[in-house]
Amino acid sequence: MKIDIKHIAKLANLRLKAEDETKFEKQLNEIVAYVEKLNEVDTKGVEITSQVTGLKNVTREDKPAPSLTQEEVLSGTSSKHNGLFKVGAILEE
Amino acid sequence: MKLNELTIKEAVEGLKGKKFSSVEITKACLSQIEKHNPNINAFLTINEHAFDEAKKADEARESGSNTSLLGIPIALKDMYLTKGLRTTAASHVLENYIPQYDATVVQKLKDAGVVILGKTNHDAWAHGSSGENSDFEPTKNPWNKEYVPGGSSSGSAASVAADMAIASTGTDTGGSIRLPASFTNTVGLKPTYGLVSRYGIIAMASSLDSIGHFTKTVEDSAIYLNVTAGNDPMDATTTKNKTPNYLEDLNEGIKGLKIGVPKEYFTQGLDSNIKKNIEGAIKKFEELGAETVEISLPHTEYSLACYYIIAPSEISSNLARYDGIRYGNDRTHFGDEAVRRIILGTFTLSSGYYDAYYKKAMQVRTLIKRDFEQAFEKVDAIISPVSPTPPWKIGEKTDDPLAMYLSDALTVTANLAGIPGLAVPSGFIGDLPTGFQILGPQFSEKLLFRIGHAFEQTKERRVLDI
Amino acid sequence: MEYQVVIGLETHVELKTKSKMFCGCSADYFGLEPNTHVCPVCLGLPGALPVPNKTAIEWCVRIALALNCKISSVSKFDRKNYFYPDLPKGYQISQYDQPFGLNGWIELKDKRVRIRRVHMEEDTGKLIHADVEKNRSSLIDFNRSGVPLVEVVTEPDFENTQQVTEYLQKLRQTVRYLDVSSADMEKGDMRLEPNISLRSNTTNTTNRSNTTNDLDLPPYKVEVKNINSFRFVAKAIDEEIKRQSEILDRGETPEQETRGWDEKKGTTVSQRTKEESHDYRYFPEPDIPPVILTGDQILNIKKQIPELPDEKITRFMGKYKITDYDADILTRERSIADYFEQAVKDGSKHKLTAKQIANYIINKKPDIEKTVPAELAELILSTRGTTEISSQDLKKAIEQVLLECPKAVEDYKSGKTQVLGFITGKVRALLPPNASTEGIRELIEQALK
Repeated sequence: MKIDIKHIAKLANLRLKAEDETKFEKQLNEIVAYVEKLNEVDTKGVEITSQVTGLKNVTREDKPAPSLTQEEVLSGTSSKHNGLFKVGAILEE
Repeated sequence: MKLNELTIKEAVEGLKGKKFSSVEITKACLSQIEKHNPNINAFLTINEHAFDEAKKADEARESGSNTSLLGIPIALKDMYLTKGLRTTAASHVLENYIPQYDATVVQKLKDAGVVILGKTNHDAWAHGSSGENSDFEPTKNPWNKEYVPGGSSSGSAASVAADMAIASTGTDTGGSIRLPASFTNTVGLKPTYGLVSRYGIIAMASSLDSIGHFTKTVEDSAIYLNVTAGNDPMDATTTKNKTPNYLEDLNEGIKGLKIGVPKEYFTQGLDSNIKKNIEGAIKKFEELGAETVEISLPHTEYSLACYYIIAPSEISSNLARYDGIRYGNDRTHFGDEAVRRIILGTFTLSSGYYDAYYKKAMQVRTLIKRDFEQAFEKVDAIISPVSPTPPWKIGEKTDDPLAMYLSDALTVTANLAGIPGLAVPSGFIGDLPTGFQILGPQFSEKLLFRIGHAFEQTKERRVLDI
Repeated sequence: MEYQVVIGLETHVELKTKSKMFCGCSADYFGLEPNTHVCPVCLGLPGALPVPNKTAIEWCVRIALALNCKISSVSKFDRKNYFYPDLPKGYQISQYDQPFGLNGWIELKDKRVRIRRVHMEEDTGKLIHADVEKNRSSLIDFNRSGVPLVEVVTEPDFENTQQVTEYLQKLRQTVRYLDVSSADMEKGDMRLEPNISLRSNTTNTTNRSNTTNDLDLPPYKVEVKNINSFRFVAKAIDEEIKRQSEILDRGETPEQETRGWDEKKGTTVSQRTKEESHDYRYFPEPDIPPVILTGDQILNIKKQIPELPDEKITRFMGKYKITDYDADILTRERSIADYFEQAVKDGSKHKLTAKQIANYIINKKPDIEKTVPAELAELILSTRGTTEISSQDLKKAIEQVLLECPKAVEDYKSGKTQVLGFITGKVRALLPPNASTEGIRELIEQALK
């Protein structure tokens, strides 16, 4: 199976230069060809493992705990305004 | 012996016996760092408060404090969030990031009294097996600077090997502690998944990330694990079990233990020198009274393919938060390997491909886990090589990502199964170290330390004369 | 051309838990300084991990049970991956194929609406559009990020707008009865997204022709977002139906897309640019172990469900002998229903009937916060249920009596003042039984002059 690099990059919110697209496409298609080795394995009736801990029902009590201060929250960026994070306008239409 | 060459055990004994102070050990480490880091590039950030922390540790010891790592200088892999101290993930994306909170493990280590020397270099986002994917130049192997120290925890391994730090932290998602440990003559523990909290450690692949460490000896590794292991209410995947004292069985010896040798790990691809070395280790185990048994882990050949679907899938999701809005630089700052894994992972999860790749891999994972469960019904532990090849020259594999991935073939299995692995030094091939790994059932760290310690006692620890 | 309306609803209910879904930040965020109820987890900082809120899960199950769902014995969380500035992790923790509740229903007056699923997820931050120093910007507040949401999805069973509004009112009422949310659309703690399409017997609107069964859904549906107020629900849906009819009239098929309700324009507007790539790449959330509920645990949660409106109405009608109309009003809010029952209990000591109490509460609308039920009885007694009579009606009644009883008038005028009592009684008889008779004697005296 070949990767549609342009489509996947968009899904992944990555902007690739044209020459990188070609480079990655070649490398990734090699990797994909390798991982397709799994098709050799008979997995009929085999349950999936998405967690190895065997844990279940891990929850916390509904009790409020201290939050970060507004200053701490905003400390990671210089793009802010009146206590809010600021980004370029997101078009709705 | 210089103070920075001490083990944790020796340092603690000396501090207790007032033979030297934490300030002196810390000074020795900082001086070693100053001298050698420019050539080795193990550290990305030095903690400017290290000296003050050492002073405070000495004062605390004066007032009667006796915490297990009081005054011991350690280094932290730059995937661990440290409040107020720059944390980069070795990536341009977080080049200037100052975290607002400490990882749980960092807090535990601080509570145990450590002195933080600084943050170590690694493959960016822990993506790599050699350290060469760092956005800030690779770390060199202190034993031969033309060679890789292994990755992804390259800087942490090198810092301990070069006696810049008494111990250091790492992460192991597909071998990232065990591989560099075996390349640098250090002891590296990958604990059972869920034994040590992941909270505050930058996530690579959430169901595979294991939080471990590098030390100079097996006993040190157990002392350290006593601090970091245990449930964390901030991490829903941590064990609910009460954790034991990991030093308990250290000196029990290995008489009567059954140690499995998986035949699938000794295929043609395995370097003949490494094979010889492991066979030597196996003989040693037999001399010490253990019974070695050939076992089979039939799905070994599929482990790498399984890993390189599951890991990138989870990576692609875990790296989605780095959009430059709330912290860090935007996504154009990702390096090539990160981009590759994000794209691969996005693809394997995408509509129409999920069943063929991610779901299939999750099923194969069940089979790999089962292989180990069945093996551990026959044997107490498993011994195997860590890397199919000895350390390679810097630059040798960087053009071929797939070739790089193949170095993980023998280590990813433990992450897929969620079991612990202890990498123990077992000699040299030329001037470069080699080692083996001991794998055990989930939560069998005490047993791994027991076996590793028994082996370790049979030879002199070689200290690097850098 | 006449079309059959096919609507399915997705409703989000914000739970009023004390803390957020996956972290300990306070969930009570409304109207606060921005970015003050935020922590590493709900801000999506590196290394942060989610731990689910036990109460939120129980309340989600409560809602699912109240909607007659089957509760999954094994449920899990999944990651829904997409990029948007108000989504700090770049994924939302939600539920995909193993939600807490499945296959329930809700009864409307003349229809049973099937509930496809009830699941748990986390809310996003809030995006505000503003001009900052002359530049169009989007500003983000993460106080709301991570607040627990329960999503209720129906089958496309709605046939008209009235059913939709009735459903919303019923859902809101149910959720308030369960005391898990205030479900106030204006405040954003209940949000609605209808999926609307039209069906006729022509080929461009049906997959098959003539048969009306479940599988005959139109080959498109339009999702409408951004309906932020209860009063716009009907209008937005009607407008969208109108828009789709016009397209179908032309012989075309409406495009499958997401549209936003624009209050100012009074129409729906295409949001195509925002919704380009819908591939959410769902996979099981590795950071959260599955939730396994035993039959006993589900039963315990069920026990905590109070008597719900439908049951209560039936019981009130039977027990208190009131009409379904009155019972409906009295059960609109659980607080009023409970108040009514307590007042009946207290009132019975004073020989007041349930009907009297019901009437008083319905007509007089006493402040149930300020007037304790026991006081209510006394209030009714003291005024005998003062129904205000307009002075005009009073005057009319008096005039009528004076006209009908000339002898009494003559008697009064000749000094037999005790006949006033007789005249007053006659006037009272013309008025409603609980009319206020304050000052009535004075008015009659005046009229007699």
